[in-house]
Amino acid sequence: MASESEPICLHYEVPGNDFTRAGEASADLKARLKALGFPSAAVRRAAIALYEGEINLAIHAHGGHINVSVTPQRIDMLLWDEGPGIADIPLAMSEGYSTAPDEVRSLGFGAGMGLPNMKKYTDEFELTSTVGVGTRIAMAVYVS
Amino acid sequence: MKINDILSILDARLLTPNADLTRDVHTACGSDMMSDVLAFVKDQSVLVTGLNNPQVVRTADMMDMICIVFVRGKEPDAGILALAQEREIAVLCTRHTMFTACGLLYAHGLRGGVGSDGE
Repeated sequence: MASESEPICLHYEVPGNDFTRAGEASADLKARLKALGFPSAAVRRAAIALYEGEINLAIHAHGGHINVSVTPQRIDMLLWDEGPGIADIPLAMSEGYSTAPDEVRSLGFGAGMGLPNMKKYTDEFELTSTVGVGTRIAMAVYVS
Repeated sequence: MKINDILSILDARLLTPNADLTRDVHTACGSDMMSDVLAFVKDQSVLVTGLNNPQVVRTADMMDMICIVFVRGKEPDAGILALAQEREIAVLCTRHTMFTACGLLYAHGLRGGVGSDGE
Protein backbone atom coordinates (compact mmCIF):
# COMPACT_ATOMS: atom_id res chain seq x y z
CA MET A 1 0.00 0.00 0.00
CA ALA A 2 1.06 3.61 -0.42
CA SER A 3 2.91 5.30 2.39
CA GLU A 4 0.73 7.30 4.76
CA SER A 5 2.93 10.38 4.67
CA GLU A 6 3.78 10.47 0.99
CA PRO A 7 0.85 10.31 -1.43
CA ILE A 8 1.57 8.83 -4.84
CA CYS A 9 0.96 11.52 -7.44
CA LEU A 10 0.20 10.75 -11.09
CA HIS A 11 -0.40 13.05 -14.03
CA TYR A 12 -2.00 12.21 -17.36
CA GLU A 13 -2.68 14.22 -20.50
CA VAL A 14 -5.77 13.19 -22.50
CA PRO A 15 -5.55 13.98 -26.22
CA GLY A 16 -8.61 15.57 -27.82
CA ASN A 17 -10.74 13.78 -30.38
CA ASP A 18 -8.63 10.63 -30.20
CA PHE A 19 -11.06 7.93 -29.27
CA THR A 20 -8.50 5.17 -29.60
CA ARG A 21 -6.38 6.48 -26.75
CA ALA A 22 -9.15 7.54 -24.38
CA GLY A 23 -9.01 5.10 -21.50
CA GLU A 24 -5.24 4.78 -21.30
CA ALA A 25 -5.02 6.83 -18.09
CA SER A 26 -7.71 4.86 -16.27
CA ALA A 27 -6.21 1.54 -17.41
CA ASP A 28 -2.84 2.69 -16.08
CA LEU A 29 -4.35 3.84 -12.78
CA LYS A 30 -6.22 0.57 -12.39
CA ALA A 31 -3.06 -1.48 -12.96
CA ARG A 32 -1.08 0.62 -10.49
CA LEU A 33 -3.73 0.44 -7.76
CA LYS A 34 -4.05 -3.32 -8.19
CA ALA A 35 -0.26 -3.70 -7.98
CA LEU A 36 -0.28 -1.62 -4.79
CA GLY A 37 -2.77 -4.04 -3.26
CA PHE A 38 -5.81 -1.76 -3.01
CA PRO A 39 -9.19 -3.50 -2.55
CA SER A 40 -10.72 -4.47 -5.90
CA ALA A 41 -14.02 -2.62 -5.28
CA ALA A 42 -12.23 0.70 -4.67
CA VAL A 43 -9.95 0.10 -7.65
CA ARG A 44 -12.90 -0.57 -9.93
CA ARG A 45 -14.89 2.46 -8.76
CA ALA A 46 -11.93 4.80 -9.25
CA ALA A 47 -11.09 3.32 -12.65
CA ILE A 48 -14.66 3.56 -13.96
CA ALA A 49 -15.08 7.16 -12.78
CA LEU A 50 -11.78 8.18 -14.35
CA TYR A 51 -12.59 6.30 -17.56
CA GLU A 52 -15.87 8.17 -17.97
CA GLY A 53 -13.98 11.38 -17.30
CA GLU A 54 -11.41 10.58 -19.97
CA ILE A 55 -14.14 9.86 -22.49
CA ASN A 56 -15.75 13.20 -21.68
CA LEU A 57 -12.45 15.05 -22.07
CA ALA A 58 -11.89 13.41 -25.47
CA ILE A 59 -15.47 13.89 -26.72
CA HIS A 60 -16.47 17.28 -25.36
CA ALA A 61 -13.38 19.23 -24.36
CA HIS A 62 -10.78 18.61 -27.10
CA GLY A 63 -8.66 16.87 -24.47
CA GLY A 64 -7.64 17.77 -20.95
CA HIS A 65 -5.53 17.03 -17.92
CA ILE A 66 -5.71 14.63 -14.99
CA ASN A 67 -3.98 14.63 -11.61
CA VAL A 68 -4.36 11.65 -9.29
CA SER A 69 -3.24 11.49 -5.69
CA VAL A 70 -3.27 8.15 -3.91
CA THR A 71 -2.99 7.42 -0.19
CA PRO A 72 -4.00 4.27 1.69
CA GLN A 73 -7.22 6.07 2.71
CA ARG A 74 -8.40 7.70 -0.50
CA ILE A 75 -7.93 8.14 -4.25
CA ASP A 76 -8.31 11.76 -5.33
CA MET A 77 -8.78 12.56 -9.01
CA LEU A 78 -8.79 16.04 -10.51
CA LEU A 79 -9.78 16.53 -14.16
CA TRP A 80 -9.73 19.86 -15.90
CA ASP A 81 -9.94 21.21 -19.42
CA GLU A 82 -10.10 24.37 -21.47
CA GLY A 83 -13.12 23.18 -23.42
CA PRO A 84 -16.49 24.84 -24.11
CA GLY A 85 -17.77 24.46 -20.52
CA ILE A 86 -21.21 23.35 -19.31
CA ALA A 87 -24.04 25.87 -19.34
CA ASP A 88 -26.57 23.96 -17.25
CA ILE A 89 -24.82 21.66 -14.75
CA PRO A 90 -27.97 20.13 -13.14
CA LEU A 91 -29.23 19.22 -16.63
CA ALA A 92 -25.85 17.74 -17.57
CA MET A 93 -25.93 15.67 -14.38
CA SER A 94 -29.30 14.10 -15.15
CA GLU A 95 -29.24 10.54 -16.46
CA GLY A 96 -29.90 10.25 -20.16
CA TYR A 97 -29.17 13.88 -21.07
CA SER A 98 -26.43 14.22 -23.64
CA THR A 99 -25.11 16.76 -26.10
CA ALA A 100 -22.93 14.18 -27.83
CA PRO A 101 -23.29 14.01 -31.62
CA ASP A 102 -24.49 10.85 -33.40
CA GLU A 103 -20.92 10.09 -34.36
CA VAL A 104 -20.06 9.66 -30.67
CA ARG A 105 -23.17 7.56 -30.01
CA SER A 106 -22.14 5.24 -32.81
CA LEU A 107 -18.95 4.64 -30.83
CA GLY A 108 -20.92 3.40 -27.82
CA PHE A 109 -20.96 6.58 -25.74
CA GLY A 110 -23.09 9.68 -25.48
CA ALA A 111 -25.93 7.92 -23.64
CA GLY A 112 -25.99 10.65 -21.03
CA MET A 113 -24.59 8.39 -18.34
CA GLY A 114 -21.03 9.69 -18.08
CA LEU A 115 -21.37 12.39 -15.41
CA PRO A 116 -24.03 10.45 -13.42
CA ASN A 117 -21.76 7.40 -13.46
CA MET A 118 -18.82 9.45 -12.19
CA LYS A 119 -20.91 10.76 -9.31
CA LYS A 120 -22.37 7.31 -8.58
CA TYR A 121 -19.04 5.54 -8.32
CA THR A 122 -17.26 8.16 -6.20
CA ASP A 123 -17.63 9.31 -2.59
CA GLU A 124 -16.89 12.95 -3.35
CA PHE A 125 -17.80 14.67 -6.60
CA GLU A 126 -17.59 18.38 -7.35
CA LEU A 127 -18.08 19.86 -10.79
CA THR A 128 -17.43 23.51 -11.62
CA SER A 129 -17.63 24.98 -15.08
CA THR A 130 -17.56 28.28 -16.89
CA VAL A 131 -18.86 28.50 -20.44
CA GLY A 132 -16.04 29.41 -22.80
CA VAL A 133 -13.37 28.81 -20.15
CA GLY A 134 -13.50 25.16 -19.18
CA THR A 135 -14.61 22.53 -16.71
CA ARG A 136 -13.08 21.13 -13.53
CA ILE A 137 -14.11 17.95 -11.74
CA ALA A 138 -12.71 16.93 -8.36
CA MET A 139 -13.69 13.47 -7.18
CA ALA A 140 -12.53 11.02 -4.57
CA VAL A 141 -12.98 7.35 -3.78
CA TYR A 142 -12.58 6.26 -0.17
CA VAL A 143 -10.54 3.13 0.06
CA SER A 144 -12.33 1.51 2.97
CA MET B 1 -20.09 -22.68 -18.14
CA LYS B 2 -16.62 -22.11 -19.54
CA ILE B 3 -15.44 -19.89 -22.37
CA ASN B 4 -14.96 -23.06 -24.40
CA ASP B 5 -18.70 -23.78 -24.06
CA ILE B 6 -19.56 -20.33 -25.42
CA LEU B 7 -17.41 -21.08 -28.46
CA SER B 8 -19.44 -24.18 -29.31
CA ILE B 9 -22.89 -22.82 -28.31
CA LEU B 10 -22.46 -19.79 -30.56
CA ASP B 11 -20.53 -21.66 -33.23
CA ALA B 12 -18.00 -18.91 -32.74
CA ARG B 13 -14.39 -18.38 -33.73
CA LEU B 14 -11.68 -17.57 -31.23
CA LEU B 15 -9.71 -14.47 -32.27
CA THR B 16 -7.24 -14.48 -29.37
CA PRO B 17 -5.43 -17.83 -29.75
CA ASN B 18 -3.63 -17.68 -26.40
CA ALA B 19 -6.78 -17.22 -24.32
CA ASP B 20 -7.48 -19.62 -21.46
CA LEU B 21 -10.75 -21.26 -22.51
CA THR B 22 -11.15 -23.15 -19.26
CA ARG B 23 -12.04 -20.02 -17.26
CA ASP B 24 -15.50 -20.11 -15.68
CA VAL B 25 -18.21 -17.63 -16.66
CA HIS B 26 -21.53 -17.34 -14.83
CA THR B 27 -23.08 -14.10 -16.05
CA ALA B 28 -23.17 -11.96 -19.18
CA CYS B 29 -24.56 -8.73 -20.56
CA GLY B 30 -25.42 -7.67 -24.09
CA SER B 31 -25.10 -4.02 -25.09
CA ASP B 32 -23.77 -1.63 -27.70
CA MET B 33 -23.76 1.28 -25.24
CA MET B 34 -20.60 1.17 -23.18
CA SER B 35 -21.85 3.76 -20.69
CA ASP B 36 -24.78 1.46 -19.92
CA VAL B 37 -22.37 -1.38 -19.32
CA LEU B 38 -20.39 0.84 -16.97
CA ALA B 39 -23.56 2.02 -15.22
CA PHE B 40 -25.61 -1.11 -14.75
CA VAL B 41 -23.36 -4.11 -14.93
CA LYS B 42 -22.02 -5.84 -11.88
CA ASP B 43 -19.74 -8.85 -11.79
CA GLN B 44 -20.58 -9.99 -15.29
CA SER B 45 -17.84 -11.91 -17.00
CA VAL B 46 -18.98 -11.88 -20.65
CA LEU B 47 -19.78 -8.86 -22.83
CA VAL B 48 -21.85 -9.57 -25.95
CA THR B 49 -21.75 -6.61 -28.33
CA GLY B 50 -22.17 -5.43 -31.89
CA LEU B 51 -19.93 -2.44 -31.28
CA ASN B 52 -16.48 -2.75 -32.80
CA ASN B 53 -13.90 -0.34 -31.39
CA PRO B 54 -11.12 -0.27 -28.77
CA GLN B 55 -13.47 1.12 -26.10
CA VAL B 56 -15.23 -2.26 -25.99
CA VAL B 57 -12.03 -3.81 -24.67
CA ARG B 58 -11.34 -0.91 -22.32
CA THR B 59 -14.87 -1.11 -20.92
CA ALA B 60 -14.61 -4.88 -20.42
CA ASP B 61 -11.26 -4.37 -18.73
CA MET B 62 -12.68 -1.74 -16.36
CA MET B 63 -15.44 -4.17 -15.38
CA ASP B 64 -13.03 -7.12 -14.94
CA MET B 65 -14.76 -9.06 -17.71
CA ILE B 66 -12.84 -11.99 -19.20
CA CYS B 67 -14.62 -12.62 -22.50
CA ILE B 68 -16.02 -10.45 -25.33
CA VAL B 69 -18.31 -11.87 -28.02
CA PHE B 70 -18.68 -9.83 -31.21
CA VAL B 71 -21.98 -10.60 -32.93
CA ARG B 72 -23.13 -10.42 -36.56
CA GLY B 73 -19.72 -11.58 -37.76
CA LYS B 74 -17.96 -8.35 -36.80
CA GLU B 75 -14.24 -8.81 -36.59
CA PRO B 76 -12.17 -6.38 -34.56
CA ASP B 77 -8.90 -5.13 -36.03
CA ALA B 78 -5.42 -6.19 -34.92
CA GLY B 79 -5.04 -3.25 -32.53
CA ILE B 80 -8.22 -4.17 -30.66
CA LEU B 81 -7.19 -7.83 -30.46
CA ALA B 82 -3.72 -6.88 -29.19
CA LEU B 83 -5.29 -4.77 -26.46
CA ALA B 84 -7.53 -7.68 -25.46
CA GLN B 85 -4.65 -10.15 -25.38
CA GLU B 86 -2.65 -7.75 -23.24
CA ARG B 87 -5.57 -7.66 -20.79
CA GLU B 88 -6.03 -11.46 -20.96
CA ILE B 89 -9.55 -11.08 -22.35
CA ALA B 90 -10.76 -13.81 -24.71
CA VAL B 91 -12.32 -12.45 -27.93
CA LEU B 92 -14.90 -14.48 -29.86
CA CYS B 93 -16.75 -13.74 -33.07
CA THR B 94 -20.10 -15.27 -33.99
CA ARG B 95 -22.35 -14.92 -37.04
CA HIS B 96 -25.45 -14.84 -34.82
CA THR B 97 -27.26 -11.57 -34.15
CA MET B 98 -27.24 -10.00 -30.68
CA PHE B 99 -30.72 -11.33 -29.88
CA THR B 100 -29.98 -14.88 -30.96
CA ALA B 101 -26.55 -14.98 -29.32
CA CYS B 102 -27.96 -13.78 -25.99
CA GLY B 103 -30.90 -16.18 -26.28
CA LEU B 104 -28.65 -19.17 -26.94
CA LEU B 105 -26.40 -18.36 -24.00
CA TYR B 106 -29.39 -17.83 -21.71
CA ALA B 107 -30.94 -21.12 -22.83
CA HIS B 108 -27.71 -22.87 -21.88
CA GLY B 109 -27.73 -21.43 -18.37
CA LEU B 110 -25.83 -18.15 -18.57
CA ARG B 111 -27.64 -15.41 -16.64
CA GLY B 112 -27.72 -11.62 -16.60
CA GLY B 113 -26.35 -11.18 -13.11
CA VAL B 114 -27.24 -8.48 -10.65
CA GLY B 115 -27.74 -4.88 -11.71
CA SER B 116 -25.42 -2.37 -10.16
CA ASP B 117 -26.70 -0.25 -7.31
CA GLY B 118 -23.64 1.94 -7.41
CA GLU B 119 -21.42 -0.33 -5.36
